[in-house]
Amino acid sequence: MRSGWGAWFARRISLSLLTLFLLSLVVFAGGQLLPGNVGRTILGPLADARAVAALNHQLGVDRPAIVQYLGWIGGLLHGNMGESLEFRSPVAPFIGAALVKSLKLAAVAFMIVVPLSIGGGVVAALKAGTAIDRTISLAGLSLTIIPEFVSSIVVILLFGIWLRILPISASWPEGAGPLDQLRHLIPPAIPLVVIQFGYIARMARAGTIEALEADYTRTAILKGLPRALVVQRHVLRNALLPTITVIATQTAYLVGGLVVVETLFRYQGIGSLILTAARGKDFPMLEGGILTVGAVYIGATLIADALAVLVNPRLAPEMTG
Amino acid sequence: MNAALSIEGLEVAYRARGREQRVLGGVSFTIPPGGSYGLVGESGCGKSTLALAALGILPRAGRITAGNIRIAGEDLLALDAGALRRLRARQVSMVFQEPARALNPTLTIGRQMAETYEILGVPRAEGEAHAAAMLGRVHIAAASRVMASYPHQLSGGQQQRVLIAMALAKEPALLVLDEPTSGLDATVEAEVLDVIATLRRELGTALLLISHNLGVVERMCERVGVLYAGMLVEEGPTEALFADPRHPYTHGLLRCLPAAGRRKAQGRLETIPGFLPAPGRRITGCVFAKRCRLADARCHKEAPLARDVGEHGGGHFSLCHYAERVADLSRETSVEPSPASDSPAPAKTELEIENLSKTYVTGGAHVRALSGVSIVLGTGETLGLVGESGSGKTTLARLLLGLTAPDAGGSIRLDGTRLEGAASGRSQAARKALQIVFQNPDSALNRAHTVRYLISRALGRLGGFRGVRREQRLRELLAAVRLEPQYLDRRPRQLSGGLKQRVAIARAFAGEPRIVVCDEPTSALDVSVQAAILNLLAELQRERRTSYVFISHDLGVVRYLADRIAVLYLGRLMEFGPAERVFRGPHHPYTEALLSAVPALRAEHARIRLAGEIPSPVDPPSGCVFHTRCPRKLGRICEREEPPLERMADHAIRCHIPRAELPAA
Repeated sequence: MRSGWGAWFARRISLSLLTLFLLSLVVFAGGQLLPGNVGRTILGPLADARAVAALNHQLGVDRPAIVQYLGWIGGLLHGNMGESLEFRSPVAPFIGAALVKSLKLAAVAFMIVVPLSIGGGVVAALKAGTAIDRTISLAGLSLTIIPEFVSSIVVILLFGIWLRILPISASWPEGAGPLDQLRHLIPPAIPLVVIQFGYIARMARAGTIEALEADYTRTAILKGLPRALVVQRHVLRNALLPTITVIATQTAYLVGGLVVVETLFRYQGIGSLILTAARGKDFPMLEGGILTVGAVYIGATLIADALAVLVNPRLAPEMTG
Repeated sequence: MNAALSIEGLEVAYRARGREQRVLGGVSFTIPPGGSYGLVGESGCGKSTLALAALGILPRAGRITAGNIRIAGEDLLALDAGALRRLRARQVSMVFQEPARALNPTLTIGRQMAETYEILGVPRAEGEAHAAAMLGRVHIAAASRVMASYPHQLSGGQQQRVLIAMALAKEPALLVLDEPTSGLDATVEAEVLDVIATLRRELGTALLLISHNLGVVERMCERVGVLYAGMLVEEGPTEALFADPRHPYTHGLLRCLPAAGRRKAQGRLETIPGFLPAPGRRITGCVFAKRCRLADARCHKEAPLARDVGEHGGGHFSLCHYAERVADLSRETSVEPSPASDSPAPAKTELEIENLSKTYVTGGAHVRALSGVSIVLGTGETLGLVGESGSGKTTLARLLLGLTAPDAGGSIRLDGTRLEGAASGRSQAARKALQIVFQNPDSALNRAHTVRYLISRALGRLGGFRGVRREQRLRELLAAVRLEPQYLDRRPRQLSGGLKQRVAIARAFAGEPRIVVCDEPTSALDVSVQAAILNLLAELQRERRTSYVFISHDLGVVRYLADRIAVLYLGRLMEFGPAERVFRGPHHPYTEALLSAVPALRAEHARIRLAGEIPSPVDPPSGCVFHTRCPRKLGRICEREEPPLERMADHAIRCHIPRAELPAA
């Protein structure tokens, strides 16, 4: 058993590293295409052109692109993510702080949306064709198409300004306790839940309906098992397989793709960090940020695949020896 | 004592497009405690609907509109949900056709078996012990290993035996089987049926067996009911009904089967013309009148009532005005006295396979799927490929078509010219020359296209026909496969299984192929449709001198069509020769076992039981690969030395036993 899993993980990890390497190349090439001049961004529009050139030379951004890239990746292999061009200090602490914030927000959204949407999808499937099913399905579909900036503004207006029960900014004051942090994270989490609920619920519903109609479910019913046991033991296990994969992809989005929500709620997560870095052509920060998001994405997928294998023995890695 | 199952005036309707369509029109029959009842009929006649209704698991669109159902005395329709669950937990079980899908893929076998006991309140440890014992009773040797396995780790035969063990664990009053062995190899089918028959007798369980295979029903059941268009048209004791059918439909069904020993040279198979009436159609008069050879004006006007027609008592009922005249429809088609020669006339050699091998590498292990096979096939002849799953039949077909390349050292010659291993390396002409007809026309035909497009495209690609010429060929081909032009603009889903298979055959013949590989072309079809397709294949062969490589697990079908037979076991050619000689013997002990496993109608023979299942090709047995299961094993020599393929005239057998001592039919 062990050797099978070991080989499986080794293969998956090496593939992941290759993916990250390709991603770094793409980001670097993309960064070269961005308009702007690092020295000019730092010194401002009134600075002397010679001073800008001197600063660019000092930062090393006037070197050929390939040399810059090799220098950066060489540092990365030694565990050094490089220095931010804009802030003139190592990028790692910036990224670390932003990642922690992003993970906190993602965790809150995840804790709300996963049970809610799976529960909704399963209930809709069990009551397929009834008014309950139609309500859940329609609500999911309508909520999914509301853009984040619209729902964010509604949340800010409703809870923060009219009802005044939740803060309008997600950034908590220094030294806030976990509960206070949670209170600040709920408003930005709501638009995320709104946008993801319909998608996950629809997957859960489809999976459950398929499992309900499967032959093995009929076998279980004909054994005389109570309905609750049939659903719990035979239906759900098989029904939620495809949903797990979807949730993993969505989790990665929750961590790295929240530029709009982070901006509206003034939250310094990794999304807004990447946006700032791209604007300032701050290459080490940009690379570091995007590769971190990439790593989170790959990690989430890996966990989802491992979970899927645990739930479904047919996918188990082939045992050798 | 109450009847195990009693059904009275059962009517079931399905709601489709807002209208109720009646699929069962008043069916009544009774199975006494411990009795066995077989239900036969073509697909769409309502057999499965009846079973589902009897267990209270009709699909949502289905509804019981009249009648009542009693299982072990309990009125099924009057039970509340809890009582129904208790009835299912104790009194009734069902086993379906596809065992792989009937088991939950994510739970171990042990866990799934334990549930049956759990629901009866048996403590866990005790339940596991019972489960292991039950697995032993269905002839599963390593019960503890199987209980720890997941369904996908078992073979189809093992899965079905697990399901039977699970179904009988509660010692129910009634066991319902819906096509329990379709899709299993003949040898495995025979063993599964044995297990059911033995256990059922030991436990006193009554049996309702649904099958399109009349041989299976005859072997297993005391009484038979014949269902047509939702009506029970004939019912009676098995022996009387099969020997002396009293309904024209039963009579027709029995005559569609390629009777033992019947060959294509001796004429066409009987078919039942026409189709089942569409569900929901109101029919005045007899439901079968449109397809009946005895029908007259009275049959179209007046619905017949069931009446006892048995001469020897025992309750033989028929739903026919002219039940007495059925016997006049001659039982056997007059067999033209054609001198069926032992060795077919030496035809020109079309296909020559020499020393063909194929090794697959999976997970570091070498799997020898085919090992040094040499076969010749003449122009216009049929080669029957026979063997259990895993014997290498499909691999051989794939190699012929160039879907995989063989190992170095072997060769395939078509009309004297050597073919490249992979189809991509073959000339256009060589690719055209080899075509295939698959088992399942549903998945072989693109559902998005019309029949016209499907065949025209093949004519363009394979035949190189364009414009008017192509249109003309299309008409000719359509006529050749007996398809009415009205079907040209239909799409596959609008056609029945038999019509779809005709389209697939037309497509295979579009490029004037020299050899057509037929991979179980009729095993998904009803017997009446099967007969029509076999007739078509035989006619096309006669007209066009096409050679067939015919793969089938139904030896009756193989015998009808094949001129030569190759018997494969674990990738080795065990026997090869003219069909009649292979069937009549002396033949290989494996061939003998395959032949004896066929549930033939009214065949009185002792069956040979092969122990266990075909071994894994990863680690084949030493010496003769068949020695682990051979009932005629000589001794150590079989374990040590692989026997040579010994030729005598054109009949080759791979066995240590001297030819004179080999078994014969």
